[in-house]
Amino acid sequence: MMGRQGKLKIGVLAIQGDFAEHIAALNRLGIESREVRLPDHLEGMDGLIIPGGESTTLSRLMDLYHLREPIAGMAREGKAVWGTCAGMIMLAREITEDDPVPMGLMDIGVHRNAYGRQVDSFEQDLEIAGIGPEPFHGIFIRAPKIIRVGEDIEVLASIPSGEPVAVRQGSLLATSFHPELTADTRFHEQFLRIASLTAGEMDSRRGGGPEQP
Amino acid sequence: MVDVLTGTFAVKSGHAQMLKGGVIMDVVNPEQAKIAEENGAVAVMALERVPADIRADGGVARMTDPSVICAIMDTVSIPVMAKCRIGHFVEAQVLEALGVDYVDESEVLTPADETHHVWKHDFTVPFVCGCRDLGEALRRISEGAAMIRTKGEAGTGDVVEAVRHMRSVQDSIRKLQNMPDDELVVEARNLGVSLDLLVQTREQGRLPVVNFAAGGVATPADASLMMQLGADGVFVGSGIFKSGDPASRAHAIVQSVTHYNDPKILAEVSKDLGEAMVGISARTIPEDELLAPRSR
Repeated sequence: MMGRQGKLKIGVLAIQGDFAEHIAALNRLGIESREVRLPDHLEGMDGLIIPGGESTTLSRLMDLYHLREPIAGMAREGKAVWGTCAGMIMLAREITEDDPVPMGLMDIGVHRNAYGRQVDSFEQDLEIAGIGPEPFHGIFIRAPKIIRVGEDIEVLASIPSGEPVAVRQGSLLATSFHPELTADTRFHEQFLRIASLTAGEMDSRRGGGPEQP
Repeated sequence: MVDVLTGTFAVKSGHAQMLKGGVIMDVVNPEQAKIAEENGAVAVMALERVPADIRADGGVARMTDPSVICAIMDTVSIPVMAKCRIGHFVEAQVLEALGVDYVDESEVLTPADETHHVWKHDFTVPFVCGCRDLGEALRRISEGAAMIRTKGEAGTGDVVEAVRHMRSVQDSIRKLQNMPDDELVVEARNLGVSLDLLVQTREQGRLPVVNFAAGGVATPADASLMMQLGADGVFVGSGIFKSGDPASRAHAIVQSVTHYNDPKILAEVSKDLGEAMVGISARTIPEDELLAPRSR
């Protein structure tokens, strides 16, 4: 199951937000990570985490430093990409406002700050598919709401009102809450299992002969 | 039914985590707020006057008129912060009722209480407070602050005090990390802080909450300097909208915080920004006009 996980290299987008918390979680799991601020920092990465932060800021800096296309390229190659909160906004197909401009990699529609302003930010225990029966403590901060899921989207967790808060589409993951703000690394391990699997598949494809265009 | 908790310390301090690596800009109207947002600010501080004008005008500086704050909240989608006077818990209640995302209990306004700060645990809205050293920082955290910033000397455009305060906090933490256990009780007493918070700081090797730089940052290089000294992000008060070309300067300072360790990018973004704010050397300000010593 763990496969190549020990040798995985995970990039964490570090242009703004709580990237240090993701890196700390990866460190606790013994995973090598790299702060990604420029496109060449993505070189050799088996997966990418887009952290929480301010999505309008992330969007502008991704444009300015030409990060959208290489990140989309990683997703197209089948590498694992996970967005938390602002990161989820950036992965969405569409959002309810004109700004920021998402990358459109996951077939979900997202409404920014839809759970309210900071005074409405909340904590709630969640049941998440695939990480075991123990509840996972969800921390939601000015959280984005998933208002549409496409056919290929697997809902991993919802809150009692019915809205999905953790979703998967192939090797892509998105959460409207912040696993990196807790000491619980089970969601990071879930992401690493996906990254490990896709990295393993790419290795065997490479081993099988010249890479197909 | 699953419990839903709001106003916890985790969501208050967690919000500050989302601001890290970002720039929070002082704005006095919706137009400035829009410029800040368009140029990559992670949040804005809604004010009636920027600190440089508060300093020039003199008199009593109070909480901003709620209509100004609401107009700014209606204009931008990024978080909006606002300042209350030190110890003025009713101004803080008003700001919370308006729905601001963060309250800055700030020495830039005229203190309402020279002895006591707001007991911030009672609020759902999170607070940021200024500090000059580790003792002030940990005292504010024990009162419930979910985020700390250096005081610097606001409205001067002179970064020297922000540097002094950031170095002081970092030096004290380094000293703490090398301190034997049996000296901690006395250190806590000397700093005027709880032993628990001191031990927590020592274990983490940093302040237990996010720590921004503030008070005198005027250029991209100033912002990178504060980041390299260990700040998690930067407040820019008068430095942007008192400069010749606010949009370009805002844009450049945002990049200088992301790429604080990359002098080539800093060189590039520092070009052609027009005039910086004029500024006053903090050293030439009479002692009774300094803002930072207004609280301890």
